[in-house]
Amino acid sequence: MAQITLNVNGKTHHVNAEPDCPLLYVLRDHLAMNNPRFGCGLAQCGACTVLLDGRAVRSCVLPVSQAAKKEVVTLDGLGTPEHPHPVQAAFIEEQSFQCGYCLNGWIMTAKALLDKNPHPTETQMREAFSGLVCRCGSHVRIFDAVRRAAGMGRA
Amino acid sequence: MAASTRREFFGRTTGLVVGFSMADSAIAPRAFADTTQPPSPDRLDAWIRIEPDETVKVFTDKVDIGMGVQTAFSQIIAEELDVAPERVVLVMGDTALTPDQGGVGGSTSISNGAKPLRNAAASARYLLLQLASEKLGAPPDRLRVANGIVSDGSARVSYGALARAHELNDTLRVSGRGFNVNVEGKGKPKDPSAYTIVGKPVKRAELAEKILGKATYSTDVRVLGMLHGRVIRPNAVGARVVSVDDAAAKKIPGFVRTVVKGNFVGVVADNEWSAIRAAKAVNVTWGAAAVEFPADPYQYLRSTPPKASRPGIARGDAAGAFAAAERKLQASYEWPFQAHATMGPGCAVADVRPAGVTTIWCGSQKNHALQKGLAELLQVPLDRVHVVWVQDAGSYGRAGYEDTAADAVILSQAVEKPVRVQWMRSDMTAWGSKGPATVIDLAAGFGTDGAVSAFQFTSRSFSGSEVLYLADSAGNFLAAQLMGIPNKTAGTEFVNLGDSCPVYEIPNIQSVAHVVPSFYELASPLNATHLRDPNGPAGTFAVESFMDELAAASGADPIEFRMKHLKDARAKAVLAAAAARAGWTARPSPNKSSGEIARGRGVAYALRGGTYVATIAEVAVNRGTGAVHVSRLVCAHDCGLIVNPDGLHGVVCANLVQSLSRALKEEVAFDRDKVTSSDWNSYRVARAADIPEHVEVVLLNHPEHPPTGAGEPSSRPTAAAIGNAIFDATGARLRRAPMTPDRIKAALLRA
Repeated sequence: MAQITLNVNGKTHHVNAEPDCPLLYVLRDHLAMNNPRFGCGLAQCGACTVLLDGRAVRSCVLPVSQAAKKEVVTLDGLGTPEHPHPVQAAFIEEQSFQCGYCLNGWIMTAKALLDKNPHPTETQMREAFSGLVCRCGSHVRIFDAVRRAAGMGRA
Repeated sequence: MAASTRREFFGRTTGLVVGFSMADSAIAPRAFADTTQPPSPDRLDAWIRIEPDETVKVFTDKVDIGMGVQTAFSQIIAEELDVAPERVVLVMGDTALTPDQGGVGGSTSISNGAKPLRNAAASARYLLLQLASEKLGAPPDRLRVANGIVSDGSARVSYGALARAHELNDTLRVSGRGFNVNVEGKGKPKDPSAYTIVGKPVKRAELAEKILGKATYSTDVRVLGMLHGRVIRPNAVGARVVSVDDAAAKKIPGFVRTVVKGNFVGVVADNEWSAIRAAKAVNVTWGAAAVEFPADPYQYLRSTPPKASRPGIARGDAAGAFAAAERKLQASYEWPFQAHATMGPGCAVADVRPAGVTTIWCGSQKNHALQKGLAELLQVPLDRVHVVWVQDAGSYGRAGYEDTAADAVILSQAVEKPVRVQWMRSDMTAWGSKGPATVIDLAAGFGTDGAVSAFQFTSRSFSGSEVLYLADSAGNFLAAQLMGIPNKTAGTEFVNLGDSCPVYEIPNIQSVAHVVPSFYELASPLNATHLRDPNGPAGTFAVESFMDELAAASGADPIEFRMKHLKDARAKAVLAAAAARAGWTARPSPNKSSGEIARGRGVAYALRGGTYVATIAEVAVNRGTGAVHVSRLVCAHDCGLIVNPDGLHGVVCANLVQSLSRALKEEVAFDRDKVTSSDWNSYRVARAADIPEHVEVVLLNHPEHPPTGAGEPSSRPTAAAIGNAIFDATGARLRRAPMTPDRIKAALLRA
């Protein structure tokens, strides 16, 4: 066990955790944050995505020690019900998901993509999403939301 | 700045059961009772209550598995009561609070499940108007309701005020069972022509919660003192535990116990990461596999004597007409085992109380059935088990959440503490029960008029209820089977002409369905159960691809050919609507082009439970690699009266993509003793690159027809539409799903 300092959604937390414990379990089980979700534990689906210093990363395989002293942002740290992040607002407007279990991956990856490239091409958007799974098949409306957030209009 | 470890956090929380994440995503605290009695469906207040704060609370066994049914229910109830849909609060899938409606299944939540809700709402309105009439001194037929306020033109009173002053209850007439449970009271529902809320697009309130990160899933249920469990499945089908060495696991901090019951093995730890590590550290020596899986499931289906056979639709003299036909065609189609592979592997929390009520939180579609099964597993009366549904990662039939619940119950019983079991990816993808592999043989002959005169259908499949969709007996659960409890409710379910595919206007039809024995009767990763639209994609892939073969053989346009063999106006209407949207021009297939990339279009039609669907696919096939990309899907959909057009559009779009995934990617892989497709790399599904650039849904609204289902029908025609488009582009016919590049290349060489 080691004491690790985490900065999550702008707040500092000191947690006692095994340094190799993936960030996902520390966020969920130590800090009671529901939003990164367990999908595979293998970095194959993206349900556990958080932003680490602005980059979309898979918290299910990232040792918590590697997140120490970096800025972690989870889905519920993006916006509030009163002031949703524009990317969240676009996903709400497009009613993008079915079950929604996967949405951390899509929304956090979309945010990281649009921060870097505010007007991605269709190819760039699909490329950014290549590592994500949505089992319900909500992709059509997910893409519509990203286009809306980027001010691209429908395909 | 906050400092917390897990233990400290638990130490600060109070209450018996708490949501762990403070106020924003809490599971409401629940007191533990000595018994839990199901509500009696003949009482109005079992279904609907007007709360003092003017909300309308409705209780239903139907749960929302991600398709937005709760929003549609809100509209239906709001319509009868003349309140805003957002005033309706649904309590779903709680065996102590919601009358048994058979759970969710068969795309019947709107068509059947909403009926008692609508009637209860109409009866509540009737009673409220009686009360308002007394209060306001005006006859009920002079009263008007707007947004929950009753008025006689001058004086007004709200529903909430009436409900505060009087008990709002009545006795209802109950009819039917399961999905068909209905109730009728004194109030009559509105005529659909008067609808102002049903039929309008309404956004899903729960979806905004999810997108904002405020939703609670079954993975987020946290109970005070809860431990974490993981299961360890056999490394081969039917393998027995020879020995268990958990010396290494015991060294992991937080390790609690290894639980071995027969061939069920699980570990419990006081935190999740330790449970994961402990499950890896436990060294189980397994015996040999009990059976050998065949190398080729289709060969097995064709060569194994059926355990049951059933004749289906029979018209005229199909054998005679086939023999007499001058031109005839035969083909055989194959559909693989496919996995539920829900986005989140199953997760359940069980708190087993030997002297009280055991509570289970999970995401099953059929919670009253699960209550029965778990009571039998625990050998306690039904009223000692309380199942609480909490949304999980979608659900496409009997996804396996029931098995996770049983795992949690067994571990909680063993350690005498609440236990949360989170399946790992392979527990779900490799070991979860599967949609059945199927072979369908078809034969047809043409009459002298060029129309099909004879049609013969023979299916051979595994029963889709080897694991019954109702987890209402102990032997239904994977863990129970591993413990040696026999699966007594395994059923025989056939792939029938008609049920799983369209029947055309052909004078001579003969059909028969065979079910072959499963590979292994106890716990097997290849045991079959209901997977979205059970048998529909398999049956429709066969029949709708074969119809295309027949159209091509007669040099006819595929849509005109189908129209010629259909009478039903609604069937023809969906085909016409899809054709119009797609800009379909009549011509026969194939329309082979030269060049590396071949483009084509294909159509398929389906009728499921009264819902009509026609889908057109446009594809590009790379002749060199066999890679196919679907560039466009157009789907015309008629499910009668539309409740929420925006929600329906979303459901159909997702159905189209998921069924594209099943058509092109999905196939359970196995070797001689185990399933080898265990994660997202070995069980491939559609990803971003596979999504069509254009997905267009044409919703045909028929308010004059009652609503039928929408959760599954549009899953049905996609595979055939894509296969037919590949044929149109290349002349190569794909008769085995999924239509992978290797198979397309092989078909190109044959074409």
